[in-house]
Amino acid sequence: MSGPILKLENLSKAFGAVQVIDDVSFEVPRGARMALIGPNGAGKTTIFNLMSGTYAPDRGRVIFDGRDITDLPSRKRIGLGLARSFQNIRLMPHLSVVENVMLGQQSRAGSLGAMLSPLGARSRWRRQAEALLADMNIDTYPGEVVATLPYGIRKKIEVVRALAAQPKLLMLDEPAAGLNPSETAALRDFLVQISEGGTTILIVEHDMGLVRSLCDRAVVLNFGRLIYDGSTRDVQKDPQVLEAYLGSRHAGEGVHA
Amino acid sequence: MSGYLAGIIAILSINVIFAYGIFLAVASGQLNLGGAGFQAVGAYAAGWLSANLGLPVALTLLAGAVVAGLVGVALAFPILRTRGVYLVLATFAFAEVVAGLILNTDALGGAMGMSVPGYVEWQVPMIGAVVVALLVFYLMTTRFGLTMRAIHDDEDVSDLMGVSIRNVKVAAFGVGAALAGLSGAFYAHNFGYIEAQGFNAMVSIYVLLYVLLGGTQTAWGPLVGAAFFTLLPEILREVLPAAKEVVVTLFGGVPDGSRPDESWRFVILGVLAVAFMAIRPEGLITRTMVERLSFRRRTAPGMKEATE
Ligand SMILES: Nc1ncnc2c1ncn2[C@@H]1O[C@H](COP(=O)(O)OP(=O)(O)OP(=O)(O)O)[C@@H](O)[C@H]1O
Ligand SMILES: [Mg+2]
Repeated sequence: MSGPILKLENLSKAFGAVQVIDDVSFEVPRGARMALIGPNGAGKTTIFNLMSGTYAPDRGRVIFDGRDITDLPSRKRIGLGLARSFQNIRLMPHLSVVENVMLGQQSRAGSLGAMLSPLGARSRWRRQAEALLADMNIDTYPGEVVATLPYGIRKKIEVVRALAAQPKLLMLDEPAAGLNPSETAALRDFLVQISEGGTTILIVEHDMGLVRSLCDRAVVLNFGRLIYDGSTRDVQKDPQVLEAYLGSRHAGEGVHA
Repeated sequence: MSGYLAGIIAILSINVIFAYGIFLAVASGQLNLGGAGFQAVGAYAAGWLSANLGLPVALTLLAGAVVAGLVGVALAFPILRTRGVYLVLATFAFAEVVAGLILNTDALGGAMGMSVPGYVEWQVPMIGAVVVALLVFYLMTTRFGLTMRAIHDDEDVSDLMGVSIRNVKVAAFGVGAALAGLSGAFYAHNFGYIEAQGFNAMVSIYVLLYVLLGGTQTAWGPLVGAAFFTLLPEILREVLPAAKEVVVTLFGGVPDGSRPDESWRFVILGVLAVAFMAIRPEGLITRTMVERLSFRRRTAPGMKEATE
């Protein structure tokens, strides 16, 4: 199928009196590596929540892979190929690393037969999960639940869990936050590799170095409005973007990073 | 075998099955405080079929489980909408309704209770307990078990991962209710007599305690919890009189050889329960503990060194 993998049409969302997302439209081309950036509180995570169905928009449509999914239950979206990671780590604390990744496979394994077959050492699901973790150079920490692992590792497992769904569009919410520079570089290489495998990537990220080296296109949000949609090369020269960042308390965090 | 020991094994087996029934609900994030209700449904279904239709025990045991399971599934749907303390109250209210219905149904003996033919000896519930334990251990290794634990941890993210929260919760609650019913059916046939008062609120509270104190993360939890709290009163029964003599002597009194008041057993049980919750809030047996033990065994010295 051709056409953009994702299309947001005039999305709006208010929480009480606060208009958090205000008439936002943009497209993510198939196979793109695209960034969704903006100052803190701009509404980036809310866009992700509207896409994954955590919230229903007040107005507007979400079109994924040519299909209007605005009213589709959140549970069914990952099965269509829309998987995400979370900004504040939302791994299952009492599951092991491999078990968390196997949970990410759920959208491909929901049949009664798959539900009732064991996930022991010989299970193909477990082997797939272990292979994916190995690809990303993550130890499986046998005998540990993820609650006890360091932040940086849990952050990476978030990405792997989303990947385990074999999505068409991978949505990452600040995957590099809390990673050191060499970990960030490794994450970048890994994401490039995933992208070359045909997966479209939409990434929310404050680390502009990562954004520039990974993404060719960016959309910028400020106070819930779209203020930029174009190449990453020119984004930092755009007067509106500059103003959005410099006018914010967190100016240093974004553009100069 | 002595009648005393046979009785203990029977009640231990029944409690283990019962605890597994509640465990399945709790492990999927549903605090079930209606255990006695499901146990009563199973006991009375088996008892009635046995007394009135003369069905063989194998069938009445099965029927006890099936009827309680169906009641559980029917209850699971409205219960899906409730959380936390409301879920606890709803299941508790269910058990009270069951007890009330039995008391007011003449066909079930009302307040007089009911004699149950088809006596089974301790071996039968014991085999039942082993089979149920194996079944639950198996279930916990499947993806069904994984999704139950995931729901227990974070329902919203489980949903986003594609888990059908409704299906998993209803299945876990329903199978759990069937196991609780099965424990009731074993009870009916082993004791030969059932009455509504035997399925009171304390029964629901105790079984939930077995599960919570034993640990809800692995299938070991309810086994250890039920065993510990079934055997503890029996041990105390032996130990307490001696302990009383020691205490009385210590304080300069003269032991009169009388047995201490029975209620002391419950006091000690209560103190232990509180201590457990303070020291091991996630239950006696946790996932990390089991993983560590089995991991250590896999890589024990003498075995081939792991390559990394
Ligand atoms: N459930 C909610 N209820 C009320 N307000 C909310 C809710 N979710 C988000 N908001 C508000 O919406 C605004 C946008 O939040 P959002 O999390 O989308 O920002 P963001 O761009 O992801 O910011 P950050 O870079 O800090 O992650 C914020 O002002 C936030 O307080
Ligand atoms: Mg955010």
